[in-house]
Amino acid sequence: MAVLTFKGGVHPASNKKLTSSRPAEELIPKGDLTFPLFLHHGRHAKPVVKGGEWVSAGTLIAKADGYVSSNVHSSIAGIVKYVDFDSIVIENIGDVNEEPRSIVKPYTELSKKEILTLIREAGIVGMGGEEGYPTHIKLSPEDPGKIKYIIVNGCECEPYITCNNRRLTEEPDKIVEGLKIVLRLFDNAKGVIAIQDDKKAAVIKIKQYLTKDHDIHVKMLYSKYPQGSERQLIYALTKKQVNSHMTPADVGCLVLNVETIYAIRTAVVEGRPLISRMVTVAGDAIKKPGNFKVRLGTNIRELIEAAGGFKKEPEKVIIGGPMTGESLVDLDRPVTKDTNAIIALVHDPVVRVHQTNCIHCGRCIEVCPSRLIPTKLADYSALGMVDLFRENDGRECIECGSCSYICPAKRSLAEGIVMMKQMIIDEL
Amino acid sequence: MDEQKILRISFFPHIRDKASTSRIMLDVIIALLPATAFGVYNFGWRALLLILICVAACVLSELLWDLGMKKRVTLRDLSAVVTGLILALNLPPTLDWWIAVIGSVFAIVVVKMLFGGLGQNFMNPAVAAKCFLLISFAGRMNAFVFQNVISATPMEVLKAGGNVDLLQMFLGNTSGAIGETSALALLIGAVYLFIRRIIDFRIPLFYILAFAVYISIYSIFTRGGIDGSFLAAHLLSGGLLMGAFYMATDYVTSPVSPAGRIIYGAVLGVLTCTFRLFGSATGSVAYAIIIGNLLAPLIEKITRQRSFGKGAHLR
Repeated sequence: MAVLTFKGGVHPASNKKLTSSRPAEELIPKGDLTFPLFLHHGRHAKPVVKGGEWVSAGTLIAKADGYVSSNVHSSIAGIVKYVDFDSIVIENIGDVNEEPRSIVKPYTELSKKEILTLIREAGIVGMGGEEGYPTHIKLSPEDPGKIKYIIVNGCECEPYITCNNRRLTEEPDKIVEGLKIVLRLFDNAKGVIAIQDDKKAAVIKIKQYLTKDHDIHVKMLYSKYPQGSERQLIYALTKKQVNSHMTPADVGCLVLNVETIYAIRTAVVEGRPLISRMVTVAGDAIKKPGNFKVRLGTNIRELIEAAGGFKKEPEKVIIGGPMTGESLVDLDRPVTKDTNAIIALVHDPVVRVHQTNCIHCGRCIEVCPSRLIPTKLADYSALGMVDLFRENDGRECIECGSCSYICPAKRSLAEGIVMMKQMIIDEL
Repeated sequence: MDEQKILRISFFPHIRDKASTSRIMLDVIIALLPATAFGVYNFGWRALLLILICVAACVLSELLWDLGMKKRVTLRDLSAVVTGLILALNLPPTLDWWIAVIGSVFAIVVVKMLFGGLGQNFMNPAVAAKCFLLISFAGRMNAFVFQNVISATPMEVLKAGGNVDLLQMFLGNTSGAIGETSALALLIGAVYLFIRRIIDFRIPLFYILAFAVYISIYSIFTRGGIDGSFLAAHLLSGGLLMGAFYMATDYVTSPVSPAGRIIYGAVLGVLTCTFRLFGSATGSVAYAIIIGNLLAPLIEKITRQRSFGKGAHLR
């Protein structure tokens, strides 16, 4: 099988071995659960419950407000403790039984509109790290007939993270089924399941469920970071380039994360909303690294305890992958729809680096998947030179962090570029 | 247990590659050790003294500059040591120590620090200092002593139309600058640089290739055909290998794009050969690199890679 890829990228130590071979464990939360009403995109969901109200697992607690917004459901039975501007907290009574759900028809008998409604009602959003964009919008492009490929992103190129790998190996049938459901929405599309070549076991598992009557293919991608970046993945598979003014739909592609596809299947086949997901807990500070099927809203402190707690005190705890994740000030954070990993590191490599002037070695340029000149862009950012930043395509940065990773002078290139990018976007 | 401890936060990425500026400089120093050791073996203790003087003078000038300007001391990046070492290896072994000091101070203070320190200079400090010394102290810079007698370098012999011993030139048992006589020692270091992925093959390859093609064309016109030993003698003599592997590949003063590196290497090869065949015998490599340094930003500009997705879709 041909291994596909793009130009650029980096090879950080994968550190996946500790978690990739262990089956995922189910975690039933004991403490209170917190549900944010907002995730990166669109408008806050509007709470539909009040303090003191009883809810079951699966009860709608906040309703999407407008088009770019998504429903929020409780993941456990309990009492609404309080509702504030950006979150709802539920007191856990330890009952995981779900609300009785309406009988659903087999997906083959559902119309496109019914499928999209089920997806929207279930509150499904992009579930890769730092995504959170409502999936029903992604699945409703201007002209669905022009979509040629539905791509399931199972690259998982970030170090440490193995939750997609586990999902693909443990429930390959459900991933294939989820993809079949999405394909029903697009008459001219074929399905592609994209998996990095470091997950050969997953490829074999998936292949067992591919039948001739469906146009679904598995493609292997070269293992490097950021192979799972949307634009780079589309390029590797179709040789089509997407820039910041375009959406993947412009080149006939839609990319969905493995977890998202899984959630779509759960919503359409079982009629259940998005209330749990798989999360990798890893890093050298964790006693028993592994993957967990976690109820949304679970405090990450509980999740870390489920992984045996800390073996050594961590200096840094990251939510998401080490390349693009966010470092936490404290552990009082809930698992959200887009939390794919918690990584606790004994030593924070970033604070120990010795920064020097740029030595013009060209490594950042070599690795930049957007083929930019990160060192120059970071200079323009530091000097506030917006015009030069624009002229040099600074907005095409995909914020992958490869430049900062590779820089021998240890400059925070990505930080500078992202800051100015943000500033330009805010101005618009 | 985690209540007391404050977690560290920073912008992503939270992991970093092992390579660092000082490690890269250390690798260059390690790569130069065979040539340094051979220089000391070939020319004796005076060569060693000169090397130490250059390195010390470079390090001290950078330290005093940083202290005087009340800036963070930047010695830890080891770039001053590299500059001192490369400059020393480019000097005749019997050069007066004070000239070496002047060269070192010029390299660090005038060429490097005045322009903002590491990475900000537009000429390679060691090469610029060599050119400066060649112009200012032409006589002393061209006085080569080998085995206690003033003797012409293979290149001067070649230029005068004499015959040279290719094997001795390859091993380095000849007259010349401290570090540039032994092709073998320089190649060992170059292999190390390639293995450690410190330098890209393009600049040295196209430098040497362009040089070889030029020499071949020259010999067709002047000697009636390609003369293998004449070509080999030119490749092994003077500072060509030293220049191609250690000086032209200086990150700061060379282009970064792959195509730019090819053009840059070829330009250096052509310039070096022109200076060598039609100009004076010594310094052709240094002069070529300095001119190349000045052209580098332009070469880089015209060979810029196209951004991903640029013009991909017209709405």
